[in-house]
Amino acid sequence: MATVLHAGRSARRSIHSALLWGVSVLALLLVLFLVVDILWLVVVKGAPGLHFTTFSTDTTGIAGGLQNAILGTLQLILFSALIAGPIGILGGAYMALFAGARSARILRFVSDVMAGVPSIVIGYFGYTVMVEHWGWGFSSLAGAISLAMLTLPYIVRTTESSLRQVPKSYYEGALALGLSPTTALRTVLFRPALPGILTGMLLAVSIGLGETAPLIYTAGWSNFNPTMQLFKNPIGYLTYVVWTYLNEPYDAAHQLAYTAALLLVLLVMCLHIIVRVLQRRGTDPSQLRS
Amino acid sequence: MPLLVLLVIGGVLFYDAYPAWRFQGFSFFTGIDWNMGNMYANGPITQNGVQAAPGASFGILPFIVGTLGSSLIALLLGVPVAVFTAFALVYRVPSRVAAVLSPLIELLAGIPSVVYGLWALSVLAPFVEFQLGPWLAALGHVIPYLAGPVGTGLGMLTSGLVLGVMIVPIIAATTRDLLLQVPRLPMEGALALGMTPAECLRFIALPYIRRGLFGAIILGWGRALGETMAVLMISGNADNYTPPNLYSPISTMASTIATLLDSALTDFSGMAVHALALIAVTLLIITMLTNLFARLMMQLGSRDVGVEVS
Repeated sequence: MATVLHAGRSARRSIHSALLWGVSVLALLLVLFLVVDILWLVVVKGAPGLHFTTFSTDTTGIAGGLQNAILGTLQLILFSALIAGPIGILGGAYMALFAGARSARILRFVSDVMAGVPSIVIGYFGYTVMVEHWGWGFSSLAGAISLAMLTLPYIVRTTESSLRQVPKSYYEGALALGLSPTTALRTVLFRPALPGILTGMLLAVSIGLGETAPLIYTAGWSNFNPTMQLFKNPIGYLTYVVWTYLNEPYDAAHQLAYTAALLLVLLVMCLHIIVRVLQRRGTDPSQLRS
Repeated sequence: MPLLVLLVIGGVLFYDAYPAWRFQGFSFFTGIDWNMGNMYANGPITQNGVQAAPGASFGILPFIVGTLGSSLIALLLGVPVAVFTAFALVYRVPSRVAAVLSPLIELLAGIPSVVYGLWALSVLAPFVEFQLGPWLAALGHVIPYLAGPVGTGLGMLTSGLVLGVMIVPIIAATTRDLLLQVPRLPMEGALALGMTPAECLRFIALPYIRRGLFGAIILGWGRALGETMAVLMISGNADNYTPPNLYSPISTMASTIATLLDSALTDFSGMAVHALALIAVTLLIITMLTNLFARLMMQLGSRDVGVEVS
């Protein structure tokens, strides 16, 4: 009797076990299928639109190339990195080195929460303050600042954590040798932390690359190549093409939307690969000690 | 610095939203009609000390329902998939294969939301319209809310599905990191006592990561609440009614801000813009609360495991 009961229970246990792992593997396969399906769609539908002219001509409303959008995206990202980069790195350095344990914890918490602010809220803020109230109009600077606000928390957090990974004794040793805190920071701490900081910057760039919501009402849209004008001049960007051209009733416009999506995905993938390589080098302890 | 930015954003939005609050009061959250009023009237009317176009009414209940509905569908579908994926990645797949698969899943988190919208429009919406929708609607006899008409595939179900896909990488990656940090000794001890690996997972690993897992889920929820573009492209953008069934078009709070700002600018009294600001404030508060809660849970959770989770 006892053995029969035991056999029943062990059978049930192994069924439970098999069920759990079966469902797990199915879930994994489902997720992989989704990744492949999204990439497949973008490649299959986007690749036919990739010509040399895509990069060399502007959009003409519903057809043409993507030159203005590509250059616009690059300009917006460059400017936002120039704004958010220094602020974020200095903020991260402050949190890692100079702030007390308690205030650093609070600041970290705040920047985590800020990373969760919906991008459209930042877009709305940029619109009312910069576009309307300060009278900048739809402009590259308003768009870049909105993107910078969005990406700032990521840069702060990665800078902080990569500076924290450098042993504190380095900093103390540098101070003991008579270096001023800023020089110590610049020469002793930033060198080993650099891959980590760069990783954060690249991640921030890849987030900014894919954003649309904060740009619609700050950067506007333009059919012309970006000028280096900061104010009053709207600027084009790739995500806008994906969003709006899909609703146009023309095949040429649809093609542009898919091609823009392909370019975006390719850019994001490249950035992710670079980040992987940097991370591998950054976490290598021998690198840290040399 | 982030604190300053957050305070400035919050302050400006509150300042902007205050007239709308005076105008509409609490019925802002319970009203169904979003109506900017008669744009061709001779002048604004004054109500509660603020001006608006005659007949204006700003109620965002449909947007709240749309936001909650689509994000709950996303959680319902996305969370099990994400958690089970993490189980498989950590315990079933050889670590060499997992090292290849993990970045692929993280790439899913990096794909721009407009690309998700593109994918949802060309793949998911037809799937819902012709396959999933009719199949679910056949169950409508049993569960009334599932009954048709299915419509065009642009609506709450599709929005929920795509949001579900979008939150999977966030929750899966965090769960995987948590599982990897579960101490080995209790796991091996449980195995030695004759538990099956599945029971080890259930009785040893899960209690360790419980709070962190909960935090990760809330974090994913926050993402789903604030998502704008993908939802904007596939939700069908419906105003002024609460969705009668699972397939009907909706708007979320975030997508409403994006779509209605254009028309709100034509309101000569400026009240429509203030009302949008009030939506933004509401959304900001909700997402900040969910994030606050999620981060707290994750910090407590990582204390359970004893290792810091980023």
